[in-house]
Amino acid sequence: MPDAPGTELLAQDLREALSPETVVGTEFFRDKGAIHVVPTAIGEVLEALRARGFKHLMSVHGVDYYPEEPRLGVQYELLDREALDRLTVKLRVPLDAPTVPSVTAKWPTADFQEREVHDMFGVVFEGHPDLRRILMPEDYEGFPQRRDFPIGGEPVLFTAAETAGRDYTMGSDGVA
Amino acid sequence: MSTEVTDYRSVEERVDVSQRVQTLPAPAPDQELLTLNMGPHHPATHGVLRLLVTLEAEVVRDLKPIIGYVHTGIEKTAEDKSYWKAIPVMERMDYLAYYFNAYAFCGATETLLDVEVPKRAQYLRVIHMELNRIMSHLVWLGTSMLDLGAVTVWWYCFRERETILDLFEYSSGQRMHTRYFQVGGVIEDIPVGWAEKCRQFVKDMPSKIDQYLDLLNRNEIALRRLRGTCPLDEQTLLDLGVTGPLLRAAGNPWDLRKAMPYCSYEDFEFKIPVGQRGDNFDRYAVRMQEMKESVKIIEQALDGLPEGPYITDDRKVALPPRHELATSMEALIHHFKLVTEGFRVPPGEVYFPIEGPRGEYGVFIRSDGSSKPARVHMRDPSFVNLQATLPMVKDAYIADLIATLAMMDPVLGGVDR
Repeated sequence: MPDAPGTELLAQDLREALSPETVVGTEFFRDKGAIHVVPTAIGEVLEALRARGFKHLMSVHGVDYYPEEPRLGVQYELLDREALDRLTVKLRVPLDAPTVPSVTAKWPTADFQEREVHDMFGVVFEGHPDLRRILMPEDYEGFPQRRDFPIGGEPVLFTAAETAGRDYTMGSDGVA
Repeated sequence: MSTEVTDYRSVEERVDVSQRVQTLPAPAPDQELLTLNMGPHHPATHGVLRLLVTLEAEVVRDLKPIIGYVHTGIEKTAEDKSYWKAIPVMERMDYLAYYFNAYAFCGATETLLDVEVPKRAQYLRVIHMELNRIMSHLVWLGTSMLDLGAVTVWWYCFRERETILDLFEYSSGQRMHTRYFQVGGVIEDIPVGWAEKCRQFVKDMPSKIDQYLDLLNRNEIALRRLRGTCPLDEQTLLDLGVTGPLLRAAGNPWDLRKAMPYCSYEDFEFKIPVGQRGDNFDRYAVRMQEMKESVKIIEQALDGLPEGPYITDDRKVALPPRHELATSMEALIHHFKLVTEGFRVPPGEVYFPIEGPRGEYGVFIRSDGSSKPARVHMRDPSFVNLQATLPMVKDAYIADLIATLAMMDPVLGGVDR
């Protein structure tokens, strides 16, 4: 469906097949459609789209929409290898309840990618078999890809400074 | 293969290793499983990949990849730079596919800006990307054969790689991370004499690839290590999101250059090599043939290289030509704005996928209307393909794990970003 009415028709189709409140809205930007859905319905929506030809999940992105609310977003890039079409499924969750049902069981490729979104944004994927940090160290605190996480917010630990008993955030003269 | 085999070889042919692995008895309760840590600083892990391998005798029963050792926050860094200044950091993700990283990022930005890229720039991009693909495959071939104990082929591969890097240096001034691609085109036209040098390379390369094939295709050790080891079927690969040569080795001819052409790939004639069994040998064979196809694309692009500008003439996006700065106030203002603030990009979200040497490179950019991207995410094929390691090597020998890792060709700079 490489046009705006096609995306709208697909959304209408999903509303009828699932429930009217599943699809929040549609978007058509630069020759590509996107469907906004409620977070709780993501599993069913992806399954319904699989039945409509979008059989491949190519990528999962995390987005932080700071300062907009709800802040966090997760996006699923679907691919139809026969009709040669792509579609994005987007959802938004608030910062204080960032839970999204995991789609790993039906889409094994989402395993690492959901872990990455969890690691970088703190989105909790419910039902993920092994939801641990993937790129950052396991004892790391904070979610570095959030927009309010400062660049350079990470003090660099030098072993030489540490063994000398100096605070590693201090300069050589002992002043921060 | 020759039909004459010595007695020794015919005896060897009859040994069915896979059967032996299958018929191992189920582990008795008292039989110990050995957990072995491989990496992150192991020469056969192609970068800083760490694998936690659970072994029963010599057979791999479980495996956990542990990654993140070269995570440098490139996506975060890119969010703090204006679009044109983010190109160099993007290039450093997958350090063997810098033209692809740069193109995916520039392509996504161009889609957001809705900028037309001149035909000559598209052809120049294709030439450089295909040279990069050959270069990446050469590094893969050399290092992976080193893992299998073949040193000679590494020297030959790096000899040809040098020729390609010389071409990169000739056109852009840098051997690696060239920053040759710009938003809207390429930074400079190819210099005088470059096309001839490239043609010479195109002429020589097919016979060089045949040399590698001669070295390896009848090499007893390479064949034993590759043929029939660690196959994985097409459906499992598709479910795991695996793309690129690994998927094509299992018989699925999915290639974005052909399926959903971008950057004028529809102008060129080339074939998509596929395998049949999806084992390590097919993974090797597919990449070898891909190099030959890339050579063909470069040749066609050089023949059909159109005249015209090498970068868009949209002054809001591309720097004005140097000579205009002395005479045109307008050009000076544009230059100043572009260098200080950078160009502003209309708000929106795009995902721009291309076919890299390892599979689908996709760059997701969210723009909030400013001159810096609000979110950059790279869908790196090495990262996604790494999930297929366990299904491939489960119940295989640990030696085959090394061969499989070599044939998967992960680049950890891309995995960890």
